[in-house]
Formats: sequence, C-alpha cells, structure tokens
Amino acid sequence: MRIDDQLHIDTPEGARLTLSLAGPLPRALAYGTDLAIRGLLLAVVAIPLMLFGRGGMGLYMVLLFLMEWFYPVLFEALWQGRTPGKRMMGLAVVHGNGAPLGFNGSLVRNLLRTADLFPMFYLTGFLVMLVTRRAQRLGDLAADTLVIHTPPARPARPHQDGDSEAPDWPLSREDQLVLLAFTDRGARLSTERQQELAALAYPELSPAAAREKLQRVARHVLGGA
Amino acid sequence: MRQSQFEQRYRPQWDRLETSLTALEARRRPKAAALTDFTADYQSLCHQLALARERGYSLALQEYLNDLMLRAHRQLYRYRTPLLPGLVAFFTGGFPRAVRHQWRWHLISTLCFVLSAGLVWAMILHDPELVHTVVGPQQVAELEEMYHPDLRDVAGRDRQDDVMMFGYYIYNNIGIAFRTFAGGLLLGVGALVAMLFNGSFFGAAAGHLTLAGAAQPFFTFVIAHGAPELTAIFLAGGAGLRMGWAVLAPGSWRRVDALRRAAAECLPVMYGVFALLVLAAFIEAFWSSRELAPQIKYGVGAACWALLALYLLFAGRQRQGQGGRHGSE
Repeated sequence: MRIDDQLHIDTPEGARLTLSLAGPLPRALAYGTDLAIRGLLLAVVAIPLMLFGRGGMGLYMVLLFLMEWFYPVLFEALWQGRTPGKRMMGLAVVHGNGAPLGFNGSLVRNLLRTADLFPMFYLTGFLVMLVTRRAQRLGDLAADTLVIHTPPARPARPHQDGDSEAPDWPLSREDQLVLLAFTDRGARLSTERQQELAALAYPELSPAAAREKLQRVARHVLGGA
Repeated sequence: MRQSQFEQRYRPQWDRLETSLTALEARRRPKAAALTDFTADYQSLCHQLALARERGYSLALQEYLNDLMLRAHRQLYRYRTPLLPGLVAFFTGGFPRAVRHQWRWHLISTLCFVLSAGLVWAMILHDPELVHTVVGPQQVAELEEMYHPDLRDVAGRDRQDDVMMFGYYIYNNIGIAFRTFAGGLLLGVGALVAMLFNGSFFGAAAGHLTLAGAAQPFFTFVIAHGAPELTAIFLAGGAGLRMGWAVLAPGSWRRVDALRRAAAECLPVMYGVFALLVLAAFIEAFWSSRELAPQIKYGVGAACWALLALYLLFAGRQRQGQGGRHGSE
C-alpha cells in the first residue's frame, strides 16, 4: 500500500478523475455498523416470529440467510454502492474505472467474502488489502471494485473582500497554488502561524505586515476586488 | 481568467448539475425532461476541471469540481438492464452453457464427492465402527432418529415442521454452497476440502443407515431433492476450483485479470446454484417428507435426476457450427 491513497482515473471524456481510496479502518467500522444493524433487525423480527412456533422459526432462518448474504448485495446494487454502514462512514463501492456498481459486481465481491474472512476476523482480506496497490480485498480483486471515500458536499468558499495588490515577483503556477492553499487553509490556522508562514515570503517585513501583504497578493491572484 | 470570474461564470451550471444529480440519486427515477442538460453539463464540467487544474486555481475549487464530476460520472455510467428478459435468457441457455463451458472443473468436483462418498461407504460396510471416525456420536443419533423406522416420529410432523425445515435448508445449504465457492479462491483448497468432507459425510450416512436397516426411508427421502441439491453443491465446488486455478495458474494473464475472468465465468453458475438450491429446499421440505409408496418416490426422484441432466447437457445449445465447446461467451 502506498502512503498516498489517491487514485487517478482517466475517463472517456479525457478528464482525470481523482478517487480517494478507503483503508482498512473505515471499512472495518462500516462493517461493524452494518453488523450491528443486521443484528438489531434480526432481533426485532425474531420476537413476533416466535409467536408462530416452528413455522416462524423457518421464516426466521430464511431471513437470517438473506441478511447474511444479500444485505450487502442489495444495498450496494440499489443504493449507489453503499450499505447503511458505508453511508455512515462516507464510503461507497465503485468499479475500478470509477463506474457505478451493478448487481453482478456486488454479488461477486460479497460471495467471496468468506475467502477474505479466512481464517478469522478478515485476516486474509486485511493482508491482501495491505499488499494490493488499490487497497482491495480478494472479493474486490475478483469483482474489480474499489471502496472509496465519498466526501460530503463542501460549502462554497466565502469570498474575502479587501484590497488587492499585484505580486512583486513573476508568479509561477506552483507559487499560485501555494498562495491559494494559504488562503484556503488560513481560516484553520492561528494568526501567529499565518504570520510565521507569511514571514517566509516577506522576511524583510514585520510578521503582521507580511501577513497583510500576503493576503492582499492572494486576493489579487484570486481575482477579487 | 481569474478564479473568481471563472467561478462566477460557471457556478449556475454547477448548481444545475447538482440539482439533476440529486434527482438521479433519489430512489425514484426522474422524468427525462428534467435531465436534458445533464450530459452537456457533465461534458463542460470535465472541461472546466481540466482548466482549473491547468490554470492552478485553488485546491478547494479543484476538489469541489472533482467531487462533482465523480458523482456525475457514477450516474452517467450506470446501466439498468431489464430484469425479466435477462432471467428468461439465463434459464433457457445462459446457465447450462456456463456450466458446460467449465465442465472439467465440475467433473473434478463431482468426482471428489462421489469417490470420497463411495470410499467411506464401502469402508463402513466393511467395518461399521468406522462411522465414528467421520461422524460425531450426536450426529449419528440424529441420523438414526430421522430415518430409522423404529425411532422416527412420522405422525408428529406437520406443516409447521415443513416450513421450519425449508428455512433451515435455505440457510444451511445455500450457505454451504456459497462458502464452498469462496473457499475455492484460497488456491482451490477450500472447495476441495468441502467436496471431500461433504462426500465422506454422505457416504458415512448412507453406509451407516444401510447397515441399520434404514436404507429405504433414507433413499426415498433424499433421491428427489438430491438431484438439484447435490448437483448444486458439485457446481459450486467446480466453480470454486476454477477460481483457485485462475490464481494458481493464470496462464498468459496477470493473476488479477485471470481471477476477474474466472469470476465472470463463474457468476452465472453461482446464480444457477442459488436457483437449484431454492428448488431443492422446496422439494426437500414439501415433497421428500411426504409418506408415499417407495415406487412413486423413486420414480419421481429418477425423473428429477434425468430432467436436470438433460437440462444441463442440452439446453441452450446452438446449432452446429455456431457454438461448441470452445465457444466463448
């Protein structure tokens, strides 16, 4: 497994799509959530079924079977590749080329779950995930599927108003990205840290002045005012 | 173009795309009229994302566009095939063809089962005590209780028991078949062990009950549903072995690609296994448990085996010159 968990896919439209792969921990948490949901559902259904005696017992076992094998398949196939647990963790299953998961793909990856479970606690699946390039377990490899993070919708960035100032050096693309990252993340940094960073750009100014100046330059690059 | 101008100009388009995406992601299918702009918006989004990256707009904007495009991509490339025609085509041809395509693996898995069953059966006929090496004492008692004429409780069985046993067969047998298939992925070992173990168990039960004088109740019970049930287990084992072989000996493919191809080939077989086992559970719970004359039960059982064999061997064959054993699907 690489440290960088980004996967780049070139779509037929010639655009490059970036997926962020989900590692073992969020997937395990999603699985645990699903397990709890299934257990709860079964327990709730078991109580009325007990009234029907042995016939109810039979229905309960059919349900147990469906929950064990088809709960993930149906949810993933019909609900944008997400089981309730995956939805809660912000995960989704997609095909290796970024295409959405269908019934067949979901069935393959879930039928082969037993192999990943072997010998216990998903040890095989975990080891396979560590050595494959795209964090796939055996079922994912056979079905050509990936589990990715589906980020929540981001609110539009608030515009900062204020006067702007052209940079006094020829601005390269890297410089521009650094500047924009500075404005994007600035809100999450303390003022002192912002001043410290700005002082790297303008060592000749006082930290406070450097921060002001850098913000003005960034606004210019953004095209504000 | 500066970033804020860029955002200002295209923001309405992105908002419109988000609206269509929300409609598409909802459970109910939206009206086509609401989606007229979807593909055009998606295409220009691809363009705008490339521009944003090239011009070095802020990472937040790039991420926003990328996420939007990912969502749209997943909607655009979704396909829903109509269910019913697919099912009809599957059962009239797709399933038996898929089985015949991998007949060697199914033969091997069947042989594993039959040979181990025959061996254990013969050994138990030779030395009855050997049953305890294969089957635990509690299971021996259960077997005798189920099938022995003096021990079993025929009159006490009613509809309720039929439904309960149906549930049990669904849960237990289909679970076994699926696990056998998945076990095959572990270099074929899991499928092989499952076939040998199930075969030995069957041989032990048959041998022991024959000696105990319960052969007739046992065989009249198992013969009819045995056709779909045992066949399904053989097929699951065969598909599992096919998966294991793809990992062991991928040939000229990469291992991952060989595995994917094997999975695609095995998938129709597993759909069929599922259908066969549901059928078997019905027969087992509602027909096999009926008390009828042995001739009728053997007759029906033989018909089940014959029909299934004919179906798997001949259904969905193409006319000469079009298909054949090596015809790929």
